Amino acid sequence: MAETHSLQDLRHQAAVIAKVFIQRDYTNGTLCQFQTKFPSELETKIDKQQFEETVRTLNNLYAEAEKLGSQSYVEGCLACLTAYTIFLCMETHYEKVLKKIAKYIQEQNDKVYAPRGLLLTDPLERGLRVIEITIFEDRSLTQ
Amino acid sequence: MKSCDSQQTDLQAVPTPAPIPPPHAASRGPRGARRKWEVFPGKNRFYCGGRIMAAQQSGVLPLTLGLILVTTGLFFIFDCPFLVKHLSSCVPAVGAVLFVFVFITLLQTSFSDPGILPRATPEEAADVERQIDSSGDSSYGPPPRTREVVINQQVVKLKYCFTCKMFRPPRTSHCSLCDNCVERFDHHCPWVGNCVGKRNYRFFYTFIVSLSFLTSFIFSCVSTHLAMRAQDGRGLVSALQESPGSAVELVICFFSVWSILGLSGFHTYLVASNLTTNEDIKGSWSGKSGDVASNPFSHRNVFVNCGSVLCTPLPPSLIDRRGFLPEEEEPAQTCCTDVQLPASANNTQRKCSQGRKGLLESAAPSPLQSTSCPQGEPQTVPPGPRRPSPADSEPTRQASNGCRAQHSAGSQGNASSARHSHHKSRMKKHKEAALSISNPTSHGPVAPTCPDSVPTSRGTSSTQA
Repeated sequence: MAETHSLQDLRHQAAVIAKVFIQRDYTNGTLCQFQTKFPSELETKIDKQQFEETVRTLNNLYAEAEKLGSQSYVEGCLACLTAYTIFLCMETHYEKVLKKIAKYIQEQNDKVYAPRGLLLTDPLERGLRVIEITIFEDRSLTQ
Repeated sequence: MKSCDSQQTDLQAVPTPAPIPPPHAASRGPRGARRKWEVFPGKNRFYCGGRIMAAQQSGVLPLTLGLILVTTGLFFIFDCPFLVKHLSSCVPAVGAVLFVFVFITLLQTSFSDPGILPRATPEEAADVERQIDSSGDSSYGPPPRTREVVINQQVVKLKYCFTCKMFRPPRTSHCSLCDNCVERFDHHCPWVGNCVGKRNYRFFYTFIVSLSFLTSFIFSCVSTHLAMRAQDGRGLVSALQESPGSAVELVICFFSVWSILGLSGFHTYLVASNLTTNEDIKGSWSGKSGDVASNPFSHRNVFVNCGSVLCTPLPPSLIDRRGFLPEEEEPAQTCCTDVQLPASANNTQRKCSQGRKGLLESAAPSPLQSTSCPQGEPQTVPPGPRRPSPADSEPTRQASNGCRAQHSAGSQGNASSARHSHHKSRMKKHKEAALSISNPTSHGPVAPTCPDSVPTSRGTSSTQA
């Protein structure tokens, strides 16, 4: 609870200094992957290893969402047979993984990024184009 | 501004009701908060509170629906009773199943999000502009608006979309009719009145395949019916007189079965080689070596290609139609009039004062100031729910005329385009009679558009904007 309270403080009381955008990495085609290159604006704020690990985990989660395996074939055939009406009742595999991703980002924000005055925005809110990292003004979070 | 600040202190005294949920959850609903579909910048129409979406022009969708309903209705009324008696009772059952498939997939294709990419936020757009400016050398003219990326040992060019203010991902195209960038853009289909893209391609493919089965089935049933009637020695003419509906069905089915079967065959080929209509028509991957296998997205295996196009988990809609607008995006000029809002609007007040400052410091390029209050994105907060801006129709008109010329020039040897032009000639008279639009989009049922030609013309005409 204390962590979410400080996250709220960050969003509503601290001033935004800058926003860094991690762009998509298209070298594997249209799969949703983000570049792991460490942006220079974050050099003083966070550890490079920590950042790369976050982005790599996100990339793995997105790859899992779009994975083409036997399960997705079965789901696809079943959906086709029902004229895709099961999409109205069932949550798709992609949506399930997106929920996992949202939880992961929330957890990373609470544990790693908020204490350093940073905030990760879920790429889904930006149309899966970028990971937006907001850098907040460095002031004490407790008032 | 003073009234804003005093309101701010008043509202801060009221405790915030609950922990703020993630911005895209729909759980907060203060009075006056709008949903994202209401300020959607593209040319789309929304129904049922944003749950159903369609392109601005429904194209020939009513005609498609009408033809399918009329033909199937006549089939059940005129042919089924005879065939049940003389042939088998599973005829209407099969017909019903096929019709249900066709109808449901048609509605899904027309009313779902084809894979629209939401436009870049002002901060993102500013960041991309900065990168473009820093990478270009100003003495050699305008900075490059393309990026190159290597996918599967092949260089793919990413183009910058001036409308959406971002570099388009590979296989994404901007549809000039809907004014949106659509992922894995196939074509804008006037028959279904929507773009066909990543999210609804499987619905479209199932629609045309089941429609070809339905049309062939009805055609063969009607032929059997008329043949059986004529066999009784009374001749074909009397058979037609006894069952006039069958004559209508015969005509409709005869003319449509070839086009639809051809279209299904063409799309089966596209699915098997993991191509889009857009790429096939523009010859994106067969340019230099003349070898289709140079498509970097193909898995080189027909079954894997089919699986990756039709069986991957359905991606979510990225435009979040039913999400509530975050309060930072409420317009600057109205945020001080919304003082009646409950306590969670204290952000709006603070952002309002920051935004006023931003207005005064208009020369500063810092993204911070321009985005605290939404004067940074005027085009997304329009006066009404749908806003095709008049400025956009001019470049679109030029682009689509140029597009049409490009199509007729480039599609001579292409069998699929021959079918499309067959459609065009057949349907032109219907179109001109039924639709009296002087709109740039009334350029006939040419299925594929040339969305990539649009940004270049947009670019030249709108760089001043």
